[in-house]
Amino acid sequence: MSGYLIAALALAALMMTFVGCARARATQNGAAEKTHSRPIYHGLNAAIWTGVPAFIFLLLWLGGQNSVINQLVIASFPGAENLDPSARSLILSEIRQVAAGNIFKEPTPEIQAAVAHLKSLQQISTVAMVAVVAATMAIGAFLGYRVIGNRYRARHSVERSVTYFMMFSSFVAIVTTLGIVASLVFEALQFFAKVPVTEFLFGLRWEPQIAIRADQVAGQGAFGVLPVMFGTFVISLISMIVAVPTGILSAIYLTEYADRRFRAAVKPLLEILAGVPTVVYGFFAVLTVAPAVRSLGLGLGIPSSPNSALAAGAVMGVMIIPFISSLSDDALAAVPRAMREGSFALGATKGETIRKVLLPAALPGIVGGVLLALSRAVGETMIVVMAAGLIARMTLNPFDAVTTVTVQIVTLLIGDSEFDNPKTLAAFALGLILFLVTLMLNLIALRTVRKYREKY
Amino acid sequence: MNIMSEATVEKALDQKMSDANFKMVGKDVSVYYGEKRALFDVNLNVRKNTVTALIGPSGCGKSTFLRTLNRMNDTIEGCRVTGKITLDHSDVYDPSVDVVELRARVGMVFQKPNPFPKSIYENIAYGPRIHGLARNRDDLDAIVESSLKKAGLWNEVKDRLHEPGTGLSGGQQQRLCIARAIAVSPEVILMDEPCSALDPIATAKVEELIHELRANFTIVIVTHSMQQAARVSQRTAMFHLGNLVEENDTDKMFTNPDDQRTQDYIMGRFG
Repeated sequence: MSGYLIAALALAALMMTFVGCARARATQNGAAEKTHSRPIYHGLNAAIWTGVPAFIFLLLWLGGQNSVINQLVIASFPGAENLDPSARSLILSEIRQVAAGNIFKEPTPEIQAAVAHLKSLQQISTVAMVAVVAATMAIGAFLGYRVIGNRYRARHSVERSVTYFMMFSSFVAIVTTLGIVASLVFEALQFFAKVPVTEFLFGLRWEPQIAIRADQVAGQGAFGVLPVMFGTFVISLISMIVAVPTGILSAIYLTEYADRRFRAAVKPLLEILAGVPTVVYGFFAVLTVAPAVRSLGLGLGIPSSPNSALAAGAVMGVMIIPFISSLSDDALAAVPRAMREGSFALGATKGETIRKVLLPAALPGIVGGVLLALSRAVGETMIVVMAAGLIARMTLNPFDAVTTVTVQIVTLLIGDSEFDNPKTLAAFALGLILFLVTLMLNLIALRTVRKYREKY
Repeated sequence: MNIMSEATVEKALDQKMSDANFKMVGKDVSVYYGEKRALFDVNLNVRKNTVTALIGPSGCGKSTFLRTLNRMNDTIEGCRVTGKITLDHSDVYDPSVDVVELRARVGMVFQKPNPFPKSIYENIAYGPRIHGLARNRDDLDAIVESSLKKAGLWNEVKDRLHEPGTGLSGGQQQRLCIARAIAVSPEVILMDEPCSALDPIATAKVEELIHELRANFTIVIVTHSMQQAARVSQRTAMFHLGNLVEENDTDKMFTNPDDQRTQDYIMGRFG
């Protein structure tokens, strides 16, 4: 029903564009004074008046009707006032299931009565919604039509509406982010009620596999985040060691040395590398790189495990090369030609020009790119889930297995989970920590870029 | 007979003197940008310790010619130069020539001031450093100071040598670029419309500077301003559609040019 209603609104708005446009043209023809807005603005203005308020009403109605109907249904259910909230919601969901036709057992007469009540309420709601929306639309169309005239500043009105719409769009992203943070913080706080913050932040042992049912056999449990953070740190460091020099050097080669055809061929290839799904990198890490790393480690006489920090880190490094390369490439290409010529005219070689003029000038962009890549590495999940390891160990041996924050979140939330158990809630605390770390990195990256942005 | 021979001798001597006076010689210089020919067999000599102005309407090839003198055209893709250009009688396009060394001898100042995004000090020290002109910090300080003094900028910036060069005004930036060029002790300085981005006061300062620099350097300047050419140069060359129309003493050029096109251009009838 609401689908038809939205289509009708769109159609009416479109129609009002033409009607308004025609009316404006008619009033402007032969008018003695100069008209303010061109006919199309009057048309658009009428369309906005017709469509937007009605659409907002529709959305509000759709958002609110369910909870109102639920209230009404449960209020009329016999004996509901004596029930606790969870029992009420159980009854409500049963009523709704039956109304939708999913009958698992023969419903009781009370339920059947409630279902009939629900259905009639829904019908009333739908009719009322159509009536209200249609009325809003009609009033809007009338007002939007009546206001057309030579003096009316339709262009200003339309531009203001567009501004509001853009403002709304930018709010959507912000509000979503805030919602994500809020949900993280909420669950993390529940975790910290069970495990002290200090133990979490400074504990050196991470053994979250505790029993969630009385009959399970499991460890005592320890929730010290440091070994997990350490694993993330080691793998990120390895990936940076792989990616930063490779990325920057390839960017320098592509912008300064490669001829145009080579550049045209290689740049898209790098972009493809950026588009490879991380799970494919994960396959590559666990099936190809990890065994090779292990045999290398054993050959060197270093204790090596099948999954290693080095394998995961190296493949992750390959994954972020395109980031660093393409951001550095942009930064270098943005250095004006005048800088290069100025340096060449002083008798500087190409190498000197790159080292002493171009790189310093492009540095903010490059650093920004590196930090963005780093926050990406810290948050990367799939590669490490497949190729790193599960046991939290504080080791500097890159051939050993380590675990990361993201890996632990995944393992904690897989399988049996209960949301009042520290094992499950720990995932949210880890998520919060991870979020804070990447947020810091991004802030530093943005600040660096802004602070050292050179005016050429 | 006697008088005649004396006159001939004097003329020959003059000729020889002026030959020796040619710092750079361009012979049948043509430039192609891909298929397009931008310069047609230009023969133009640059005299020692003289300011030579290159004038002409936009797109006439004067900047192109200027850039052939220190091979800045090498950095442009698809650019090809034919003919011969010599600096002190040695061919600058000879394969054995190191273009880095050439540009150290023939410096350049650009249309838009282009200081590096570094401090004032580092801007000047850049050239001497890469060419190893200073043995120690004191040497470098001395070079920076003398270059800034020669460029008439010392008094304005001596208290803020370590602030960014990009923070200076446009005129100061351009003089900084000239100081930067001077710091590597070139023999020739090429200037490509050095005042086109400057206001009249900054322009006057740069012109005064050019005038002073003539004692130590050979200068070639491209300009769109007839008055500027008349004020700063001793020799003027007029380009039109990729051809050299006329090259003469500046005084003669602006009072009694040999070519009708020069006359028309200077009087503002075209261009």
